[in-house]
Amino acid sequence: MTVAALAFYLFAICAVLGGLFTVISRNPVHSVLWLILTFLSAAGLFVLMGAEFVAMLLIIVYVGAVAVLFLFVVMMLDVDFAELRAGMSQYMPLALLIGVVILMQFGMAFGVWESAEGAQAARGAVAPTDVENTAALGALLYDKYFLLFQLSGLILLVAMIGAIVLTLRHRKDVKRQNVLEQMWRDPAEAMELKNVKPGQGL
Amino acid sequence: MADFFTTTTLGMGLLIVGQVLLIVVPLLVALAFLMYADRKIWAAVQMRRGPNVVGVFGLMQSFADFLKYIVKEVIFPAGADRVVFLLAPMVSLVMALIAWAVIPFNDGWVLSNINVAILYVMAVSSLEVYGVIMGGWASNSKYPFLGSLRSAAQMISYEVSIGLIIIGIIISTGSMNFSDIVGAQEGRYGLFSWYWLPHFPMLFLFLISALAETNRPPFDLPEAESELVAGYQVEYSSTPFLLFMIGELVAVVLMCAMTTLLFFGGWLSPIPGLPDGILWMIGKMLFVFFIFSMVKAITPRYRYDQLMRIGWKVFLPMSLVWVVLVAFLAKFEAFGGAYARWAIGG
Repeated sequence: MTVAALAFYLFAICAVLGGLFTVISRNPVHSVLWLILTFLSAAGLFVLMGAEFVAMLLIIVYVGAVAVLFLFVVMMLDVDFAELRAGMSQYMPLALLIGVVILMQFGMAFGVWESAEGAQAARGAVAPTDVENTAALGALLYDKYFLLFQLSGLILLVAMIGAIVLTLRHRKDVKRQNVLEQMWRDPAEAMELKNVKPGQGL
Repeated sequence: MADFFTTTTLGMGLLIVGQVLLIVVPLLVALAFLMYADRKIWAAVQMRRGPNVVGVFGLMQSFADFLKYIVKEVIFPAGADRVVFLLAPMVSLVMALIAWAVIPFNDGWVLSNINVAILYVMAVSSLEVYGVIMGGWASNSKYPFLGSLRSAAQMISYEVSIGLIIIGIIISTGSMNFSDIVGAQEGRYGLFSWYWLPHFPMLFLFLISALAETNRPPFDLPEAESELVAGYQVEYSSTPFLLFMIGELVAVVLMCAMTTLLFFGGWLSPIPGLPDGILWMIGKMLFVFFIFSMVKAITPRYRYDQLMRIGWKVFLPMSLVWVVLVAFLAKFEAFGGAYARWAIGG
């Protein structure tokens, strides 16, 4: 077995086990940690396929940002997960039934799947070998699919503005700091020394 | 003999292990003395003597501390999640160490010369936050939890501005490989060819962000011993605590190496004519570390909302504008191509 094959099986087993434990572990924080293991293993698989840029993005975006948010939410939530799981035996038969049906449908679909001559080879040779895949992705996103890329960015921007507008409220009763005003405050104007005579006051 | 190390799987494995040890062992030994230097500089600024008992001038102080830590008892708080509690310091140390795999120390002296080296370092440093969060949560105590929440928000915020600053450098170089970045800084004018001059404002932003990212003073809010006793480390004792401390310091030294490679030309000599070499690299890293130590000694700690404000409202817009500016300057090859060095670098 070559080193690459060994690494593939290691990452694959880690990914599958991580996914499994994400679902079955009792503690939700452990679930998120297992999920992170799954992400990391998937990144390892990307590296093995030669897509190092996508692998690093997966780690930076999903593990470094999204999973941290998950972890925050899960840690902060005060949910009794034992209570939530109490209904599990009740819904189990239905869930199993749906799972089996989906499995059979996939089986039937892939059983009769026919691909054209040379389709496998065409799929395998997407990237040219003389370009780094970072540069290749950049050329695709910023040259060929420039408009689509910018439009998808705009859609995200609209979603972000929507979320901010929905949750933004101005509270009049809260005192706000104006940092620049504070920084440019002049001690000579803010303070005044008075000579207070004893027994007289101001 | 040479065939054994280049052809067989076992030989290649041994070679890689040897190279890893060659990086990690000197790094950890150097760390002991850097810790000592940090304390000495801090003491000198405050007109104290600092460590001066163990060994000549107290040089062996870090090793004495090391022994002291590992012979103590490991204490688990009641109700702690034991596995995650022990996993957290290990994650913290391992994440700090594996980033060194892509750091070149001299021309070609690099363990793994990959194309996406900077992204790799960013990815690994974004994982470092897990050591802190896991440690704070697994302690099952309020102060560590508050400390870890603060720290996670802080590390994520400053990663954004560090990323944008690095994009400016990548635009100038046309490559994400550290060796290419250093190569692009080679020029006729010695130290004036390095990126600190064309990317001058970003040098300061990077240094400050690096302080915040590694939880160094004045941004050591996760620890903030006056309010949170010591943040996520409160419940840790003995070797796990030592691992946290080493991990933190390795991350600081990593940031010194990053600053050196990105802005100060890595192993290039500052004066044209003098030979380049690893000594320049180490000297520059020590200089940056000295700056970090001085900042620790002479600045008061920031307030948490001030930290978040300069992160999101000052650094982020500034670095974003800088990326756009550098993109235009590079495109039109302004200032004699100072911003566009693709021909040399990538």
